[in-house]
Amino acid sequence: MENIGALAILLAFCLTIFSIAASLIGAWKKKPFLIVSAERAVICVWGLVTLASGLLIYALMTGDFRLAYVAAHSNKAMPMIYKFSAWWGGQEGSLLMWNFILATYALVVVLQNRRKHREIMPYVTTTMMVTQAFFLMLIAFLVPPFQVLSTGGKAIVDVGDGQGLNPLLQYWTMVIHPPTLYLGYVGYIVPFAFALGSLITRQPGDSWIFTTRRWAIVTWLFQSTGILLGAGWAYSVLGWGGYWGWDPVENASFLPWLTSTAFLHSVTMQEKKGMMKVWNLVLVAATFFLCIFGTFLTRSGIVSSVHAFAQSPIGPYFVAFLTVTIAITVLLILSRLDYLKSEAPLESVVSRESSFLFNNLILLASCFAILWGTLFPVISEAIAGEKISVDAPWFNRVNVPIGLALLFLTGVGPLLAWRRSTPDNLKRNFMWPALGMVATIAILAGFGISHFYALLSFGLCTFVTWTIVSEFFKGTMAIRQKDGLSFVPAVIELTHRNTRRYGGYIVHMGIVMMFIGFTGAAFNQDTTVEVKVGDKFPLGRYELKVTDIKMGQNENFIWQNAVVEATVDGKPYATLTPERRIYEKSQQPVSMVDIKRRLNEDLYINFAGMGSESQLPTIQAYVFPLVTWIWAGYWVLLFGSLICLVPAKIKMQYARTEVVGVSTKNVPATK
Amino acid sequence: MNTTVKFGLVIAVVVGTLGWVAASGVNEDTASYYKTISEIEKMDANAKMKRLRVGGDIEKGSIKRDGKLVSFVLVEESRKMNVRYDGNEPLPDTFRDGAQALVDGRIEPDGTFHAAKISAKCASKYEAKPGGNYKKENSINERAS
Repeated sequence: MENIGALAILLAFCLTIFSIAASLIGAWKKKPFLIVSAERAVICVWGLVTLASGLLIYALMTGDFRLAYVAAHSNKAMPMIYKFSAWWGGQEGSLLMWNFILATYALVVVLQNRRKHREIMPYVTTTMMVTQAFFLMLIAFLVPPFQVLSTGGKAIVDVGDGQGLNPLLQYWTMVIHPPTLYLGYVGYIVPFAFALGSLITRQPGDSWIFTTRRWAIVTWLFQSTGILLGAGWAYSVLGWGGYWGWDPVENASFLPWLTSTAFLHSVTMQEKKGMMKVWNLVLVAATFFLCIFGTFLTRSGIVSSVHAFAQSPIGPYFVAFLTVTIAITVLLILSRLDYLKSEAPLESVVSRESSFLFNNLILLASCFAILWGTLFPVISEAIAGEKISVDAPWFNRVNVPIGLALLFLTGVGPLLAWRRSTPDNLKRNFMWPALGMVATIAILAGFGISHFYALLSFGLCTFVTWTIVSEFFKGTMAIRQKDGLSFVPAVIELTHRNTRRYGGYIVHMGIVMMFIGFTGAAFNQDTTVEVKVGDKFPLGRYELKVTDIKMGQNENFIWQNAVVEATVDGKPYATLTPERRIYEKSQQPVSMVDIKRRLNEDLYINFAGMGSESQLPTIQAYVFPLVTWIWAGYWVLLFGSLICLVPAKIKMQYARTEVVGVSTKNVPATK
Repeated sequence: MNTTVKFGLVIAVVVGTLGWVAASGVNEDTASYYKTISEIEKMDANAKMKRLRVGGDIEKGSIKRDGKLVSFVLVEESRKMNVRYDGNEPLPDTFRDGAQALVDGRIEPDGTFHAAKISAKCASKYEAKPGGNYKKENSINERAS
């Protein structure tokens, strides 16, 4: 069976090479049959990669412990769902999944465009298959997933049972986090491939943007979901109470998110005004390369990280692949600069256009800063000869102001007029939100909050919320007047007319809620105590008491937990049972924190262990204000993104360089 | 002043500010120097004042817990260093006997390393070893008590 799997991978690799050659020759010699043949090869590649994946999953599920990968990542006692998720639990398997997702995307693209975009499709196929060839090469020759265990390279050994998936990964969000993130990572190849294709063939207009808009939004949504699942996992599993630690791996997933967010904003400029064409190409290419770079960072061991994969020989290959593909892209863009000329100039510093520009500037600055910080050990070693690393406080210092500036633009941008905004326009749109901001800050300061960034952040959250609500309100009122609808149908009608605009506002609202959650971190409280059973200790407004220590065992792990009763003002509030587990196979201890989640604050308790000499439990207790807002914000973001995907009821035909997007503002808001 | 110049100025201000924040942020509080244990032994008193980041393996059986304080011995190529930790962040689950650890902190005058942060990675525990020698460990964890 392992032979069939390995053979499938090898065959798929050969087919990608064929597909690349057939596409290019077909496009060059104008031979449609070669192009179609190349596309059929894509379908075959998908079939073969799916077969290989299926075989690996089957081996994991049935426990074929002759395979090194299965022995290392699965065991008999593990629940079925984790046996399945062991597919991406290690280097080899996760690269196979990368391939599977990429092949699936390529399949969908090829099937969708059988009769469309015939001129650029050969290049789209080529771009995707070059990437596919690279990743197949990795699992065909460097880190094969179908390696068998053997003694002295001869006899195959069946070890009987495996070591099991890393217990830290045996948690529900970890089942969906990697695939989600990969769907987002890999997905950006499609917009990139279309961008490249239309660049090579000098397509008139911006059809690649229209074609790939949905892809861009969907993959962005997957990236956002993946990142937040990771954050949620860190918060509920890792036991340090944080959701983000600026670890290189986290940064790696965040970088392409920043550029793709910038891209989603700046394509609007190209669609509506024909501006920023080069920039958009650079952004979509940067996103794609950062996705590859992220994969490289996680797997090569160039920067030390808590949850990077083991050091492996694939690093140099990634560097080579990135260098070559980046060079080709840059050369292509440079050779087509005339084709990418902007159709309109920037007219004013205070305009919708410039707000997009600054949004992009800030997102990219953040991206660059994070990249710099992540690679600082490598850079400083190269320049100063000393390996220096910067940690979370540095990243926060740089990114908190960036985040707040971005939040500010979120509020300002959508209300600025295209081309230029007059002082009158500014006053009309921003007076009330700005007053709301000042009032929020004043009230919070009155309650004794003195943290500067926290005050500013809460103030800006009010500001942005106000602008978003007033946008909905003004538009709704206009529709009510015109069509006589009642309030709720009018809101739905308004959103339906321009789904991307109003869906976008809802996404912004989700981001605002997340910022409220992030800001809560300024008020965290914690305590670490070693207590006897029955002892009480205070934390914030809570009084905590350990009432019992229990232990037990099942076939997968032994466990021990502490029963902690929390009271507020003498009244019982909650009973939490943080647990420590030791997994049988891997002998890996895992702490399972217990969290009482509320909108205002979470009570979070970790059972750190028993003292070596005292044999008393050590309890770490935390209060995390507003954290729930982050997760709630995600659902709002998801809802908004889904609305963006609904086709708008009214197809807006924009004449280029005309002032657009102010229709609702001409109608006075009547109350 | 034309628009291009205005844009240039705004961009320069934004980039400049961020650059300044980023550059000035690399200081005692945020940056730490990667050193090996043998390098630390050779360092002079002045260099030892810096924040350091040291990697190594946790010596088997050396982890001791005493309330908030956790102490252990870090080993790197037979050179040893005592480490103590009393931070508020819980230690990672991967922190245990034989694991690879990266400690971040300062040297105390008595030569003990006072760690502010510890990250740990399981030493290739989950990576298969093709080519035989497939041993199963049966050590019962001492903290299971």
